[in-house]
Amino acid sequence: MKLRAHGLSIAIGARVLCRDLALELAPGELWGVLGCNGSGKTTLLHSLAGLTQPAAGSILIDDRPLADFSRRELGRSLGILLQREDQEYWGSVRDYVMLGRYPHARSLFGWHADDEAALERALGAFDLAPLAAQAYVTLSGGERQRARLAQLWAQNPPLMLLDEPLQHLDLRHQLQTLALLREATREAGAAAALVLHDLTFAGRCDRILILYGDGRYAAGSAGELLRTERLAELYGCGIRAFGDGADVHFIPVI
Amino acid sequence: MSRAPLIVLLALIAAGSVFIALLFGSLSLTTGQVFDTLVRPVPGVVDDVIWQLRLPRVLAAFACGGLLATSGVLLQVLLRNPLADPYILGISGGAALGALGAVLLGIGVAGSNVAALAGALGAVGIVFALSFRAGDWNLHRLLLTGVVLSAGFTALISLLLTVAPQAQLRGMLFWLMGDLSHADASGTAWLVLVLVVAVFTAWAGSLNALALGALKARALGVAVGSLQAALYFGAALATVAAVLLGGSIGFVGIMVPHALRLAGINDHRWLLPASALVGGSFVTLADTFARTVWAPQQLPVGVFTALLGVPALLFLLSRRP
Repeated sequence: MKLRAHGLSIAIGARVLCRDLALELAPGELWGVLGCNGSGKTTLLHSLAGLTQPAAGSILIDDRPLADFSRRELGRSLGILLQREDQEYWGSVRDYVMLGRYPHARSLFGWHADDEAALERALGAFDLAPLAAQAYVTLSGGERQRARLAQLWAQNPPLMLLDEPLQHLDLRHQLQTLALLREATREAGAAAALVLHDLTFAGRCDRILILYGDGRYAAGSAGELLRTERLAELYGCGIRAFGDGADVHFIPVI
Repeated sequence: MSRAPLIVLLALIAAGSVFIALLFGSLSLTTGQVFDTLVRPVPGVVDDVIWQLRLPRVLAAFACGGLLATSGVLLQVLLRNPLADPYILGISGGAALGALGAVLLGIGVAGSNVAALAGALGAVGIVFALSFRAGDWNLHRLLLTGVVLSAGFTALISLLLTVAPQAQLRGMLFWLMGDLSHADASGTAWLVLVLVVAVFTAWAGSLNALALGALKARALGVAVGSLQAALYFGAALATVAAVLLGGSIGFVGIMVPHALRLAGINDHRWLLPASALVGGSFVTLADTFARTVWAPQQLPVGVFTALLGVPALLFLLSRRP
């Protein structure tokens, strides 16, 4: 599946954050979305997921406008990891992750074998199997983030939008999450866009979208866009790069 | 996790509460007598007491409790506010204003029921019209509109009580406190109860997702707008049916869902039927107290739902780690 946006403008109130954006998320691609705080990354993801109406422009999945999809149908095609959830969940971790199967549910009571299989796969992928029976509210911040990722994994949509997927995660789980996303895109043919603040992880993406927050944007291959001069201008601080190609590391100058 | 055994247990408790309610009253009966009359009705005094007097009242109490608890569950999901109860949106206030106005004007029982229905539907309509504008469904506005309208109704009801003649004051107060002594035909209420519980239990997956917040629910594929409208009208229908039967019986709608959640039942597939059963049993037992403790004097059942419910809920709250 392919997500395409053209002529897209993102605005909050009277402030236009991004003007006339053209973007195509093709199968197999992993996108990194960069930008300063308040540059419209979250609003862009919400617009692409059909959660908010963009100021202008159109969004299509396989050349079909987003508005033509029923909410449930959209849930099977496209999944979004929200940056934060403002509601507590009182059930178990297993029940929480299982909510990801909502758009796939075929019967009112009980789940099918493939739902159970997707659940186990998702719990396993994020090391949640030992915590499955525990109440969601007893989890730590990082564990909750893993449960939320696992919920998206259970939903298993071919298009994934992830708003700061690595927040609160320890180093190992950051690497594990990135590896899982790589595997989902390269091997299973999904397409994913991640909002990131870690430039080294951004270096592992295929393509980069930069939002400047003043209406301008830049999109292109990671090798092309991840240049120290451009990044220094974007973040307003000195940035140094070590290594090159697939093994590049970026470090802010302190 | 399947909670089917729990539902069976609660159904047995419900049957038990109905049986206990049939057992007690001004005419003392033995368990055997009640059982025989239920299984093989033989014309006589016992038969009349059970089938003509006690059973209609008990069924009305059960339906009323089930409706209020169900409505409470639906409104707590809709408004995402633990303090939401069936009366928060002004429905009971509208019904009370209609009913008390009719009593004051001296229209009979039938007339006051029609007036209560008109008042309740008026409140439902006003709240919906004021908070739903051009596809924009704002829950804060819904909640505040309901609360403000309730306050207005309370003021008007106080005014009616002040100008009401002494003779009618008692009946009016009973109505406000929740009273089942005039409830008899509960067929419609039962129909509404079964319908609302069945429809929303079938919809339980969406309710579970909505409990995570509207944005999250939409991201998971829930058509949130239509679900919220359905929740509003489902809860309103259940509340209207309950209020017409027993007046403003307090505490059931807020206490029963919370008690079940504190006991660990969060999945709406089980929470809805469980609430209906527990709410029904609870009001049935409370009403049995209300009509027997001070017999032949009948007390308003609303007093007992609170007297029994407050300690139970406080116990559950303090127990949670």
